[in-house]
Amino acid sequence: MTAMLPQDFSDLEPFASDWCLATETERWDKRISTPMPELLDMYDAVTPRLEAAIEFCDAHLLAELPPDVERLLQLVYSYAMVAMAVEVFGQPKPTDSADAVLIRVKEPMP
Amino acid sequence: MGKWPKPAEGSWTEHYPELGTGRISFEDSVSPEFYALEREAIFKRAWLNVGRIEDVPRTGSYFTKEIHIANASVIVVRGRDDEIRAFHNVCRHRGNKLVWTDLPSEETSGVCRQFTCKYHGWRYDLEGKLTFVQQQSEFFDLDVDNIGLAPVHCEIWNGFIFINLDPEPTQTLRDFLGPMIMALDDYPFAKLTERYDFMADNNSNWKLFADAFQEYYHVPSLHPQQVPVAVRNPEGGFECAHFQIDGPHRLVSTAGVRRWTLPAEYMYPIERATRSGLVGPWETPDIGPLPMAGLNPGNVDPWGITNYQIFPNLEILIYGGWYLLYRYWPTSPSSHKFEATLAYHPARTVRERIEHEVSGVVFKEFALQDAGMLGGTQAALESGVLDAFPLSDQEILVRHFHKVVGDWVAQYDGALVGARA
Repeated sequence: MTAMLPQDFSDLEPFASDWCLATETERWDKRISTPMPELLDMYDAVTPRLEAAIEFCDAHLLAELPPDVERLLQLVYSYAMVAMAVEVFGQPKPTDSADAVLIRVKEPMP
Repeated sequence: MGKWPKPAEGSWTEHYPELGTGRISFEDSVSPEFYALEREAIFKRAWLNVGRIEDVPRTGSYFTKEIHIANASVIVVRGRDDEIRAFHNVCRHRGNKLVWTDLPSEETSGVCRQFTCKYHGWRYDLEGKLTFVQQQSEFFDLDVDNIGLAPVHCEIWNGFIFINLDPEPTQTLRDFLGPMIMALDDYPFAKLTERYDFMADNNSNWKLFADAFQEYYHVPSLHPQQVPVAVRNPEGGFECAHFQIDGPHRLVSTAGVRRWTLPAEYMYPIERATRSGLVGPWETPDIGPLPMAGLNPGNVDPWGITNYQIFPNLEILIYGGWYLLYRYWPTSPSSHKFEATLAYHPARTVRERIEHEVSGVVFKEFALQDAGMLGGTQAALESGVLDAFPLSDQEILVRHFHKVVGDWVAQYDGALVGARA
């Protein structure tokens, strides 16, 4: 199977196919539908690599990211999403958000 | 005794004596009859913000806006003369909705050279003039020069496009906005073009969501997670530094410390790692001189954010170097469409883009807590069990909002009664 992420981040490859998602809507849906233990696995794996991942992406121009670096950036975006569940709420969904939705309909790419 | 000084009268509310201090009714948020009056008195009379000039960047750029409560659909388009105009989205021939894409009820946008009606192919140019009629010779007395699209009053303030559905608005946009909002004339909104737009259908009256964003009294109770649990103080309260009212509009300022000066435990790890979070990016690029007299009219030090509620349904929250914008579009007495935009200086680096992403993620988490509660508020108010509710000084803007809505409705109703008499 071909690698999705830059070689320096091959240790995060197990999370790539699930979490390298282009839009906020996909990342949100993935978080909300993922049980907490799996969110914790992703969080624990990426946390020690976060700063390196941000630095690696930041060494490139935002408008000219190679595909593998863009996927690494998407993983960082997903990490931010997962961090809310892990660090802030202790559950996939925001506490007391009931049946509310808020759909992101416009965002920059990547 | 609070942390921030109150006006000489002893409270913000008593500083504006016309507000009173008694309990208020939320009948205006459940009554179908009142909703019908709001349609005529407010949404067909007030200036309504429907977008920004960046939404129509070049000749032929257009978008449509559905204003459900007013039974109106409006086209906003940039013409060949660079002028931005608004028209009713109605073909002059048989009244068909002129511009739509997948569904007539859905808003759309794009770039075009002209508007062509799907029904019989009548065409209009970007300035609204009728330019083509199929089999024109078969019509009777058709004066094509005087049968263009019906115009809607459209004015621009600092890049914000406002429309007014009144055939003869009683005020210009600038007169309507007044000095408190005009003090933001020089705020560089046009530099903050990296946008994150959100949309939601919410099962509450439009005013109830606006209420949730015009007081901070609810923050410790509804959003305890905004502060990490180790430093959380459930009885800490929240006190705003400055309130101000100008005509139908209001503002509130709160203090803010530079995030990096706080002890680490006051931030979540994701905030420390990305230098962004609850109050947005910790640092934002220099966007030039800011109109501080307008941004911080209460001279709050250290100033954090000022939150402007522009009557009737627009809210702009400015954090110095970036802003949020909310609009509440009524769709029934017990529902509305909520729009939110987060706007930043375009990211110059990947790191800045991550800061914006984290800011947008955190915003959504807590906005969902506000939104999630409102269905319950609506249902409980509709039970009709209670009809008078106490408001604290921290909720002065809720009091003012419902009073102004009531005043506009009463004025309209009174004018009708006067006309009938």
